[in-house]
Amino acid sequence: MTSTAVRTRAEAPAQRLPGAWGLGLRRGALEIKQFFRQRDQVVFTFAFPVVFLFLFASIFRDAVHGSGVTASQLYVPAMMASGIMSTSFQSLGISIAVERDEKVLRRLRGTPMPPSAYFLGKIWLVLFTGVVETAILLLVGTTLYGVDLPSDASRWFDFAWIFVLGLTGCALLGIAISSVPKSAKSASSVVVLPFLVLQFISGVYISINTIPDWMLNIGALFPLKWLCQGLRGVFLPDSARVLEQAGSWEFGKVALVLAAWCVGGLVLCLLTFRWKNRRDG
Amino acid sequence: MTAHANEFAVDVRGLRKQYGDVTAVDGIDLGIRRGEVFGLLGPNGAGKSTTVEILQGNRTRDAGEVSVLGSDPATGTRAWRSRVGIVWQDESAPAELTVRETVRHFARYYPRPRDPEEVIGLVGLGAKAGSRIKALSGGQRRRLDVALGVIGDPELLLLDEPTTGFDPAARRQFWDLIRLLADEGTTIVLTTHYLEEAEALADRLAVVAKGRVIAEGEPAALRERYGTEATVEWTEPDGVTRTERTDTPTRTVADLMHRFDGEIPGLRVARPTLEDVYLRLTGQEDAR
Repeated sequence: MTSTAVRTRAEAPAQRLPGAWGLGLRRGALEIKQFFRQRDQVVFTFAFPVVFLFLFASIFRDAVHGSGVTASQLYVPAMMASGIMSTSFQSLGISIAVERDEKVLRRLRGTPMPPSAYFLGKIWLVLFTGVVETAILLLVGTTLYGVDLPSDASRWFDFAWIFVLGLTGCALLGIAISSVPKSAKSASSVVVLPFLVLQFISGVYISINTIPDWMLNIGALFPLKWLCQGLRGVFLPDSARVLEQAGSWEFGKVALVLAAWCVGGLVLCLLTFRWKNRRDG
Repeated sequence: MTAHANEFAVDVRGLRKQYGDVTAVDGIDLGIRRGEVFGLLGPNGAGKSTTVEILQGNRTRDAGEVSVLGSDPATGTRAWRSRVGIVWQDESAPAELTVRETVRHFARYYPRPRDPEEVIGLVGLGAKAGSRIKALSGGQRRRLDVALGVIGDPELLLLDEPTTGFDPAARRQFWDLIRLLADEGTTIVLTTHYLEEAEALADRLAVVAKGRVIAEGEPAALRERYGTEATVEWTEPDGVTRTERTDTPTRTVADLMHRFDGEIPGLRVARPTLEDVYLRLTGQEDAR
């Protein structure tokens, strides 16, 4: 009766909303900052593939018959592929599931932040950590296990597109799988099991020429097998082609499958991504 | 509709929401005017949070018309979201960022944000601005939530049980902040189950129970309308304390004076508080 409902507010002129690209960059910087503040996560993320490379490449070091390469050399591109997938697929799959469970996503959705800015931020994070991871493995591989850096520009070009397509495809798959776990607690098991299986059937832990064909054919449906194959093509001498299923590096097919996963992964993300977990409706 | 949208910040007609067999919201109507502080009061599970989440655009509804700042929240655009501030019921996750970094970052999402340092000061986190979120106490994290809710300088602020976990001093400070925002013309909708909070802040209240509005009005008017009965208490000569509820307490006291012939031992006459009214209202609802 008395007071209220008469307070007024000056109508502000309409102003432009901040752009998605710029906000994506800011989110990327924030994601990277957060990542590096979690010491244990940093150490384990980067150390995991390096430790495995050290173990496998030191245990299996014999020359592989008729290929002109040693088992140690084979493990270098294999662990690089695995490292790319762990920084993209595994870390996104788990961290987004946790963010959803802790309602970080729902909270962001309640602001005018454009959804694309969130995904751009994740891509910057994955790109950054992926480059660091790959550089570390490359350093270990060239100094300890006799892998040579490519000498011609075209191989470096191949390396670049394989890296970008593989990382993108795996990142999108990671975003997609983040919707599968029901809670943060189950996230790591849900994400790690398929990743482990893929590593066995895609030629990461076990040399491609000793895996049964039917297993390789299943592995060939996913990006990791092609990421491994492409990286072998970049970092191993052509004599090692005899170990491949097709007897060649199949760069064209590598590009095709990885690109298909980028497109398919994007569609999968758009169809399945949820800002809230199931309990929140 | 346009005139309507201008008068009401929130206009809800016949809102319904069902979770499986459970009806959470069972036909709620609300008209919240611009510049008003509106309290949604009710016991746990009454449907307050569901209603507010629908207003936020974070939950779908089964039936009813909802207009928030002239738009349907279910199809809220970025521009619409920039005009609505949200303080969630659950506190924000422990993060590695500092309070200042977080508030500054959220300010970037809005076209016309408030000054981050000012907002940090307003919620009483000035001394903690450089601390990481994970190092904050629960109450401090809630204050950060409030800061993130108001950083965009919203026209409408939706708060879902904002002071749960606050100590009394922090609660007073929060009330001052709400009053300050209200004086600036921000429309404020808050759910609470603290009666004193509703009474201290709200221009108008709706009491919600079992998904329906069972009473609505200004706090004083509600008290008058539903709480005419006073309680008269006295002590009998044998030491037993007796109470009587009555619409005519003066007459009861006069009768007692007559009986005791003078001073009435232990006399107390109490007008019902809002809490009494609320308990009676929600109790009535339970008894139905």
